[in-house]
Amino acid sequence: MMNPTFNSVEPGTQLPPLTVPPLSRAMLALYAGASGDHVPLHIDSDFARKAGMPDVFGHGMYTAAWLGRMLTGWVSQERIRKLELRFVGITHLYNQVSCSGTVVEKLEQDGERRVRVQIVAANQYGEKKIVGEALIALP
Amino acid sequence: MTQPIVLDKSHIGKTYGRVTTEVEKGRLRFFAKAIGETDPVYTDLAAAEQAGYPSLPVPPTYFFCLQMLDVPDPTAWVGEIGISLQNILHGEQSFEYLETAFAGDRLTFESVITDIYDKKGGALTFVVSDTTVHNQAGNLVCKLKQSLVVRNPGGSK
Repeated sequence: MMNPTFNSVEPGTQLPPLTVPPLSRAMLALYAGASGDHVPLHIDSDFARKAGMPDVFGHGMYTAAWLGRMLTGWVSQERIRKLELRFVGITHLYNQVSCSGTVVEKLEQDGERRVRVQIVAANQYGEKKIVGEALIALP
Repeated sequence: MTQPIVLDKSHIGKTYGRVTTEVEKGRLRFFAKAIGETDPVYTDLAAAEQAGYPSLPVPPTYFFCLQMLDVPDPTAWVGEIGISLQNILHGEQSFEYLETAFAGDRLTFESVITDIYDKKGGALTFVVSDTTVHNQAGNLVCKLKQSLVVRNPGGSK
């Protein structure tokens, strides 16, 4: 963990990025079991194709969990006040997701000093999968 | 021509997914493995205690999972309001954190559908729900908001 302080960051400060392995069927099976999300679109190719998809694809919340890892790699998680995510693309098999974050605003709110961080998860081709924002309290 | 999905707005206010569950260390470790988490705070009790935590912490997106793990049929409500699982995508998800939760906590989840609306002339329908998570002390620890996108099977992809 980096333990950033309010005074050590400015708008434009980048969080340490996180890149995870290319999405495999084995990863989807593990995540389905661990998350309780057994929606067959993510683990059953026949079901996914019947639904008009080329194959199984990543749970949106799997990619979201990697964004969470990036945030908790930067601050201890009790500093996270809000996490807002918009799923803008499907994470397909063999997509390799990288997570990035940029401080966009410093503010005082509810009696504490906070930063607004813009976060993005994108694949190796730069196609965005999740865009969002985190609100983090800093000492 | 796309045929609009007829999704009854009277489902607004429907509650679902009420469950009380105990956060388990073994499940948290399995989740850490699945997401590739390497920070020992999430898997090693000694590391968590050294960080000042009473036990392993519940990671930020795991509140979404706990409810699905312990409701007997977590997607039943989708069918009950007339949607096929084949046609749903996750549109948006937000979390507001009020307290950190840890292994050993007993958390109670309850969800309510707060909005249903159409876009693109009915080709897409959005179903919004809010979920609250209270711990064993009755404190609100997390608020979740989810937006599901329902693709009209007759519409363009």
